[in-house]
Formats: sequence, C-alpha cells, structure tokens
Amino acid sequence: MRARDYPKEAARLLKERPQVKEAVGGATRHFDQNRQRAYREVDAEALREWARRVKDHLLTHLDLYLEKAEAALKRNGVQVHWARDKEEARRVLAHLVREKGVRRAVKGKSMLSEELEVNPLLEGLGVEVFETDLGEYILQLLGQPPSHIVGPAIHLSLGEIRRLFHARFQTPLDAPPEELAQVARRTLREAFLSADLGISGANFLVAETGTIALMENEGNIRLSTSLPRVHVALVGIEKLLPHLEDLAHFLSLTARAATGQRLSTYVSLIQGPARPGEEGPQEVHVVLVDNGRTALLADPEAWETLRCLRCGACLNACPVYRQTGGHPYGYVYSGPIGAVLDPGLLGLEEAHPLPYASTLCGACLEACPVKIPIPRLLLTWRHRAVEEGLGPGWERAAMRAFAEVMTRPGLYRVFSKGLRGLLALPGGEGLLENRDLPLIRAWTQGRSGLRPSPRPFHELWEEA
Amino acid sequence: MRVSLFITCLADQFYAEAGVAAVRLLRALGVEVDFPPGQTCCGQPAYNAGYLPEARAVARHTLEVFRESEYVVLPSGSCTSMVHHYPELFAGHTPYREAVALKERTFELSQFLVRVLGVTRLGEGLKGVRVAYHHGCHALRELGIREEPLLLLQNAGAELVPWEAAEECCGFGGLFSVKLPEVSLSMADRKLETLEAEVLTSTDAGCLLHLSGRLEDRGQKVRVAPLATLLWEAYARA
Ligand code: SF4
Repeated sequence: MRARDYPKEAARLLKERPQVKEAVGGATRHFDQNRQRAYREVDAEALREWARRVKDHLLTHLDLYLEKAEAALKRNGVQVHWARDKEEARRVLAHLVREKGVRRAVKGKSMLSEELEVNPLLEGLGVEVFETDLGEYILQLLGQPPSHIVGPAIHLSLGEIRRLFHARFQTPLDAPPEELAQVARRTLREAFLSADLGISGANFLVAETGTIALMENEGNIRLSTSLPRVHVALVGIEKLLPHLEDLAHFLSLTARAATGQRLSTYVSLIQGPARPGEEGPQEVHVVLVDNGRTALLADPEAWETLRCLRCGACLNACPVYRQTGGHPYGYVYSGPIGAVLDPGLLGLEEAHPLPYASTLCGACLEACPVKIPIPRLLLTWRHRAVEEGLGPGWERAAMRAFAEVMTRPGLYRVFSKGLRGLLALPGGEGLLENRDLPLIRAWTQGRSGLRPSPRPFHELWEEA
Repeated sequence: MRVSLFITCLADQFYAEAGVAAVRLLRALGVEVDFPPGQTCCGQPAYNAGYLPEARAVARHTLEVFRESEYVVLPSGSCTSMVHHYPELFAGHTPYREAVALKERTFELSQFLVRVLGVTRLGEGLKGVRVAYHHGCHALRELGIREEPLLLLQNAGAELVPWEAAEECCGFGGLFSVKLPEVSLSMADRKLETLEAEVLTSTDAGCLLHLSGRLEDRGQKVRVAPLATLLWEAYARA
C-alpha cells in the first residue's frame, strides 16, 4: 500500500472489511473519552501550552541540544551513532548485528523502527526477530504493519485474534483474552531469555543527562532493554527534551493524551549499560536518526510538526481515521499526524492525497498535547499540492470558475437562474441526479438527489 | 442597530427559507436588517481545497460588499468561521486591516442573538418537539459556539434529545464529500445510526444538505430544518 493510493484503499477497506470500522471506532472513542477525562483532571490548557513551548525551544536550538545529548550519553557509557537517513541507520544496525554476532533480537514497540523497516533488514541478516508488544506480536504473526501509533492492532476484533491464536497455538476459539496473552507471553519469555539484542525506540531523550525514557503498559520494553546483552535505542532527533525536570511533566502529559492514564504502567529510565556488579546489557547504543527531520525543521510552515510526541491522541479523536484505521494511509504514520507528517517525510508527490483525508473538523488540534496546528498544516500541504499541480484537473477548472462566478454578482445570479431554468425543462429535474457527471455521481451515490429551493433567497429577500 | 444578512451561497441556493426566517426573526427582535445585493460566497470551498488566490479573490469581494455594514450575521457556522479566517488569508496582503475589522463584527446567527443581543428566549413555539442539534465542527471548535443554539432551542420548549455523536463530524467537509465519498458516507452513517429525533437541526447548511441526503437514502424519516428556521418557528408559533 502506498500513501498516494489512500482514496482507493480507504474505499476498498470500507467495502470489504466493514468490521474494521467497528473495532477502530470503539477503541478510539474509548481512548478519546479517557483522554478528555484525564485532561479535565488538570489544567490541561496550561500544561499543553507549556509543553508546546518546551518543544519549540528545543527545536529552535536542536543543534545545541543534540551535542549536549551526545556528550551526556557518552559520559554514561552509551555508544552514539548518527544516521542521516534510513540507509545509514540500517547500515549501523547491520554492522552491530554482524560485529556482535546477533542471532536473536527482541523489539519493543517503535514507530521509527517501522520507518526504517528494521524487521526485514534483520531477517535478511539471518536474525530471528520477535516483536514483544502484544499488539505488535499479533501483527507480526499476521504479517501486517501497525494500524495505530499506540494501539498497533486496534483494527482487529477479538474474534480475529482468537482465530489467529487457534490456528497458531491451538487455543480454544472462545479463549478469554487473558489466556491469549498468556500464550503469547510464554513464547516471548523464551525469546527474551535467549535474545542477544534488544531494540527499542525512545519516548524521550533528555539532553542534559542522556536519559532514555520509555513508556509502556506491558513490561515488554523493560525486558527487551534489560535482558539481552546489547540494547540499541532508535531515537528520532526530535525526541529530545532539554532538561531532566521537563521529563516528569512530559511523561504524565503523554500518558494522559495517549490513554487517559496519569502515568503509563511502566516508565523505564535508561542511564547507560550495566555497571560492574549490576545486571543488564553490557552495551547500550543510541542511533540518532534524522531521515528527513532536519529538512522538515527548516520548513518555515511545517516545522511545528516535529513537536509530535507520538501519543496517538489525534488519531483517537479523528472521525476520518475512525472509519478505516491506519492501513489505507499507506505509511507508518496515519491519521491527522500522518496526514501532515508523511508529506514532509515522503514528499508531496507520494503523499499528496493524505492532507485531503480530513474534513478540517479540528478535533485533532483539541486533543494534541503539544498543540500542533494540524488543521492549518493540512491547508498548507493542500495549498502546496495545488501549487505543484498535483490536484485533479477538474478541480483546478472548477475553482477558477468558482472564483469567476463568486466575484461577479451578476454572473452568480445568471447562474442561479440558469440552474433553475434547466431543472424546469422537460426531463431537467433529473439533472442533479445524473450519474454520468462524475461530481454529481460522487454526491448522489449514497445521498438523495440535490433539490435547490424553488427560488433562491436573493430573489425572496424583497418579500421577506 | 443594523444587521447585514450574509446568506452565503449554499443556503441561498438550498435553504432559502432559512434566510427568510433569519430576516423575520431579527426584525421581530427590533433589529434593522439589510441585504447587500452584491453578496455571493465566503470563499470557503477554494480556501479549504488549497486554492488561495481564488479564495482571496472571493474574500476581497466579500470585504467590499460588507464594507459599510455595522454587523454581519450569517445563518451558517462554517461560513462565519471562514470570514474569521480572512485576517490569516490576508496576512501580509493589503486588505488585512479590513479583514480584521470585518471579523470583529461578523457573527453566526445564534451567537449574535445570545452574545450580542442578549436574547435567550424567543417564544415557546417548539414545545414538545424532539430536536437533535448537530454541532457543525467550525461553529463548535473554531467559533466556540456550543451553548447558544442549545439554550435557544431549550427555551423554545424543544426537547433536546441526547445524541452521543452530536459533536462528531458528519463527514460533509465540502469537497471532502465528493473526493472521499465512501469515507464521507461512513461518517454520516455513524451520526445517523445514533440519531433518534423528530427534527434534526444545525447551523450549517452543508452538513444539513449532506445529512438529509443520506437520511433519505437510508429511508430514515427525520425532518431536517436549519436552525434559523426553527428559531423563527419558536417565535412565530408561540
Ligand atoms: S500530533 Fe499531537 S496528538 Fe497527534 S500523535 Fe503527535 S503529539 Fe499526539
């Protein structure tokens, strides 16, 4: 699936897999309500405004904080790698795998690892890879990409998961969710104990102290980052926070936004490899990945996108995302944030349909913990798509005609009369139901025909 | 006090009766109403689709038409919201100051009644009618209009039915409705599956056009009426 195919894929999914709408709709509404409640418990507006400023400060001094982070990580005994793009990041990983003789890897949930397509890379190198987040594990069994930033398997119903586990592990078809989780846990426990490499992302990297912060509810990330002898954290360069004192508030704000929790069940703070006498990984590596981020930072209109904490709150709030989940968006990041981030990362040519995957309802902006102006950014990308000639030809023609008519009241009135004249002709009443006209067909398939008022208001005004 | 009615194109063409209702209601409340004849559209379709020069051309025309108006009142939330975007649209362009000035005197109808006129009781002409109010997204999230329409309807005796999807987007979204029709209809269905009312109303002509079309297609019998129409009934039938 590709981002440019969004309209087709969304339509196809709605037709062929209507159960997805039910699963995604139910889960996202649940998360969104929890978020709203969690926001009400605090002065969310003040917190969000503060968080926005911290991130803006960080982003406007990113070079400085990246240097600080590198120095602090090194002080902590962490090995730091820089990757300009996907290829460089993959080279770093491949090198580590060969050098350390890695045979088995366990992974904690990481969207960046999806961006870098880490699993196929490792498998190509003969490494056995285990996704250890329960949702990710299920998707790995199914060979599917995540459908949501936080709840990767949000598009699956319990029934589908039961059938999968029945086929795979012979669990009963009516097994309770706990039993399914137990079965997965058994397989994964074995993987945790035998893996040589643990891969994680990072929710935050504190520049001042070199602290890698990871949030989760299952405990698998803690195991992935503490049991194998080598831990590699993949960190997007925008994930930094300036100071340790910022961290506590960001951890809480992110949890509130993502799931409505005050804090995630587990928070792991990693401050380097195990010291003598301690248990834990012998080596910790951080790969600082750019992959399009500095280019986005230099974009005078779209740079604010980089504030994103990947909490998924905008997906949960989005009525468009709720209909299909993430797959039709065709890239790692879906929903409102995907619609404004993907054009920045992939280029507009590839991602131009995504900014149109919104009614501009504004629910994402209300949900976002760092107040990313997603509706405005959607308009920015739409405008650019138009400038680059990526919109359909009919639309350009229609908009030109629209501006012509709407700036000439006389013409507007003629048009208004003409329309009614046509409708009054014998056979004319079917004009606005004519399914041969593409735009009218798009409207009338599923909506009854358009019926203008017998006379427009501007003709009635005198009599009002 | 003098108010210029800005009917905007969609209501002009499809909900003419809402314009008549708005004029009668405002006059009944002692407001002088005029209708600047050159008016057409707020420019929203072009703006939302990313056609900024076209949007600016239409917005410039609208600024010109309402130059002399004391207040501009629209029976439409998203068009009001569009006028409120004019300063952004003209940031760094000449009519910026006019854009700010127009924004400051432009209101959606229920917002104008409650916030400017201070009127919350129109008469009890809607006694016992089971009404569902659809919050158009721009009225709700951009203009912050939540309580005004509800208050006016309630005070008119209407029984506001609980509707879990009342604040969810209906899926109209202007061109969205024809560019992504399947998603748009799926969103409408979510609204309509949870709807149980005699009358469905909203301050957005676009949403109503879309929802009424879908209602008819689904064979669901609900009267669809613009908010202005209901508010006039509240007064006239009392
Ligand atoms: S854009 Fe905002 S709401 Fe969406 S994932 Fe990023 S931080 Fe969360």
